[in-house]
Amino acid sequence: MNLQWLQGLGALGVRLAKMVAVVLLIAIFNFMLVRAAPGDPALVMAGQSGATDEAFLKRVRAEYGLDQPMPTQLATYLGKVVRLDLGYSHRQQRTVLSAILERLPATLLLTLSAFAISLVGGVVLGSLAGVRAGKLSDTLISLLALVIYATPVFWLGLMLVLLFSVQLGWLPAFGYETIGVTMSTWAGIVDKLKHLALPAFTLGMLYLAIYARLMRSSIIEVSHQDYVKTARAKGASDSRILWRHMLRNALLPVVTMAGVQAGTLIGGSVVIETVFAWPGLGRLTYDAVLQRDYQVMLGVFLVLSVLVIFFNWLTDLLYRVIDPRIKAA
Amino acid sequence: MKKREFHKLLLAGGALGLADFPLGLTQAFAQGTGGVKGGTLNSIVQPEPPILNLAVSQLTPTQMVSGKIFLSLLTYDVNLKPMPSLAKSWTISPDGKTYTFKLEPKAKWHDGKPLTSEDVVYTAMEFLPLTHPRAKAIFGRCESITAPDAHTVVFKLKEPFGPFIGAFDISNLPVMPKHIYAGTDVVKNPANLNPIGSGPFKLKEWVRGSHIHLVRNDDYFKPGLPYLDAIIYRVVPDGASRALALENGTVQLTQWTDLELFDAQRLSKKPNLAVTTKGYEYFAPIMWLEINNRNAPLSDKRFRKAVMHAIDRTFIKDKILYGFGKVATSPVNSKTKFYEPNVTTYDFSIAKAKALLDEMGLKPDAKGVRTTVRLPVSPYGEMVQRTCEYIRQSLAKVGIAVVLESTDPGSYTQRISNWDFDMNLSWLYQFGDPALGVTRNYVSSNIRKILFTNTEGYVNPQVDKLADEAAVAVEDAKRQALYSEMQKIIVDEVPIAWLVEMEFPTIYDKRLQNLVTSAIGIHESFDTVYFKG
Repeated sequence: MNLQWLQGLGALGVRLAKMVAVVLLIAIFNFMLVRAAPGDPALVMAGQSGATDEAFLKRVRAEYGLDQPMPTQLATYLGKVVRLDLGYSHRQQRTVLSAILERLPATLLLTLSAFAISLVGGVVLGSLAGVRAGKLSDTLISLLALVIYATPVFWLGLMLVLLFSVQLGWLPAFGYETIGVTMSTWAGIVDKLKHLALPAFTLGMLYLAIYARLMRSSIIEVSHQDYVKTARAKGASDSRILWRHMLRNALLPVVTMAGVQAGTLIGGSVVIETVFAWPGLGRLTYDAVLQRDYQVMLGVFLVLSVLVIFFNWLTDLLYRVIDPRIKAA
Repeated sequence: MKKREFHKLLLAGGALGLADFPLGLTQAFAQGTGGVKGGTLNSIVQPEPPILNLAVSQLTPTQMVSGKIFLSLLTYDVNLKPMPSLAKSWTISPDGKTYTFKLEPKAKWHDGKPLTSEDVVYTAMEFLPLTHPRAKAIFGRCESITAPDAHTVVFKLKEPFGPFIGAFDISNLPVMPKHIYAGTDVVKNPANLNPIGSGPFKLKEWVRGSHIHLVRNDDYFKPGLPYLDAIIYRVVPDGASRALALENGTVQLTQWTDLELFDAQRLSKKPNLAVTTKGYEYFAPIMWLEINNRNAPLSDKRFRKAVMHAIDRTFIKDKILYGFGKVATSPVNSKTKFYEPNVTTYDFSIAKAKALLDEMGLKPDAKGVRTTVRLPVSPYGEMVQRTCEYIRQSLAKVGIAVVLESTDPGSYTQRISNWDFDMNLSWLYQFGDPALGVTRNYVSSNIRKILFTNTEGYVNPQVDKLADEAAVAVEDAKRQALYSEMQKIIVDEVPIAWLVEMEFPTIYDKRLQNLVTSAIGIHESFDTVYFKG
């Protein structure tokens, strides 16, 4: 028992070391990748100012540390990463961490809502379709999932805006909250939820379609397993078979997919955030790329890679909960 | 009024501030009466500015928002005549070298400290040279900038500089508080995030990615102003959503390129909305096709003339710009000072274009192609993309194959700065005077590997000489003569194919009054803007 526990701890240590090594490699790769793009922040700024001179470019480059040799810059950057310092955005005159943290609540609200909608909706619809494979309800659900999956997400968003904001006037078309009015706490929450509805639904739809299709095929596959036949033979009801025997096993592929996507979801969705003017991380990143705001780009990339690695690990742990036969560190 | 007469008037007025210009002041106060107090103006800012200190960053969206928070000494009416702002009056010495400004004695910073001439001197001499790309070219011409008393500033030039009086708008000289910035690293000063200005509005809140909320400055120096309680600029990155916001009344004002032009045309017809193209005179950009004068066969004047003949510029204006614009005839915008209409003209004629190319000996090959050129397409919107596609189509008809190359802002600026292009669709602000915003693209001394210079590599010593003389000439008539001659030469040699004088629709709720009162239009302080009824 004691030995097993120690082994587990050792495995965890190895896993952690691997994770740190991967993060460092990613940091170096990101640095190279970001610098491979032509142009630099000074040039972009000059391009937007409508006028410029050499001294201005030189000052901006010196301020950003771009006048240093590349290896020095890389060393400085890695030194900061090791100390958990994400750097400073000269363009925005603030630390990268504060820029990211400022966008994080809006992003989490949007993506977690969308994630919940897609996961619950996808699993329910997929299971329904799976157990009724070949029947009308299955055909309808599968068709719907296919149509949603094939629809460009920005177009879906615009159509929903046209219907719910322009035609019906039920929901606001864009934004995060009503600006410039003071509201009671409760009214404030309702206001936020109203703003959240369309973007969360739109973003959720895309993943919902994926999970539904995945869940359906998974249920169909599981339903041919021997233990399901045994359960059926011993006279268990359909719902009991689904809940007790099939669901857990059928969930594994969905969990795998969701685990991979959970990490990237934190990065926000540039398209949804753009269509709905949602102040999330996706747009921060997109703007940073266009402006060559290296520090912000690197900061977001790093945070995202850490999150992806973390969620992968969490998924492995979750496997173990769902299916105790699997061993994970 | 000619400049000399205007000097005389000033002298006749005797005491400072009693001359011609207080007219502008009374005008401002006349506007200041009869407005309705209150209300919140909602508008759009796109793209989101990185920072709201105009002295640190001169991006257009920064100018628009920050122009409500900070002020300069002057502003300009739609005919580019100076009007008072922080300076209530000013005089120019007859030799054109000494500019004396009297400041508003009641002007205060948002933190309550008085605004004095020391602030102006500090901004022009210490702050801007560190951060502003045009500061050295303008204030570097001064022998001295001094503050003889708390409300007087004197700029002494080394030699006369005609456009100097045009260089006191908020983009060139946003006055900064010395007590906040002196002795600090101005670029990293924490006040940049929470700007302390002297304008009619103060920053209340800036939620990045969402909105910028400005509120009334109750201690503004003009009594009773501003009228509006607040201005909210929303960041709306999607064009369709911006049009929707104006359509359903979420915002009451859009400007510049907020709307795609087809939406602008559609929405300007709505009964509750009005449209104006005034208020961009200080910028007055011309959309043009820059031609790399170094590369054969583009180096041949006949080739460039052929390009001018081959492109139907009226089509671009009517069909791509939906009528927002005017076909350009000269490097100087007809709204900028010293425009010359009598120059070589280029009508749309494929036959003339082909004849010129034939004359050069540039024969078409089996596929009808005479030569192939590269055109990096700048990433600044649908309109650019459409125009470049139209140019490709037009030039193909005369045997010039255009390869469109897509870019993002970083790679685009890098390529143009490195002269790595054959053609380039672009436009530049003219800042009201050829010496500030036009000749920089044509004089050979400004051929540099840097944006917004003579990147096309045009060289003509005669043009250089005329531009230099015109910049330092004192009298307007003399400057006009020099610039007219210069325009005639340049238009004949076509270093750049001028396409359309751009116009930008400002679309606004009809209840809004006094919205566009000057040549910088929506960049103005908005102190007299109000909602009627």
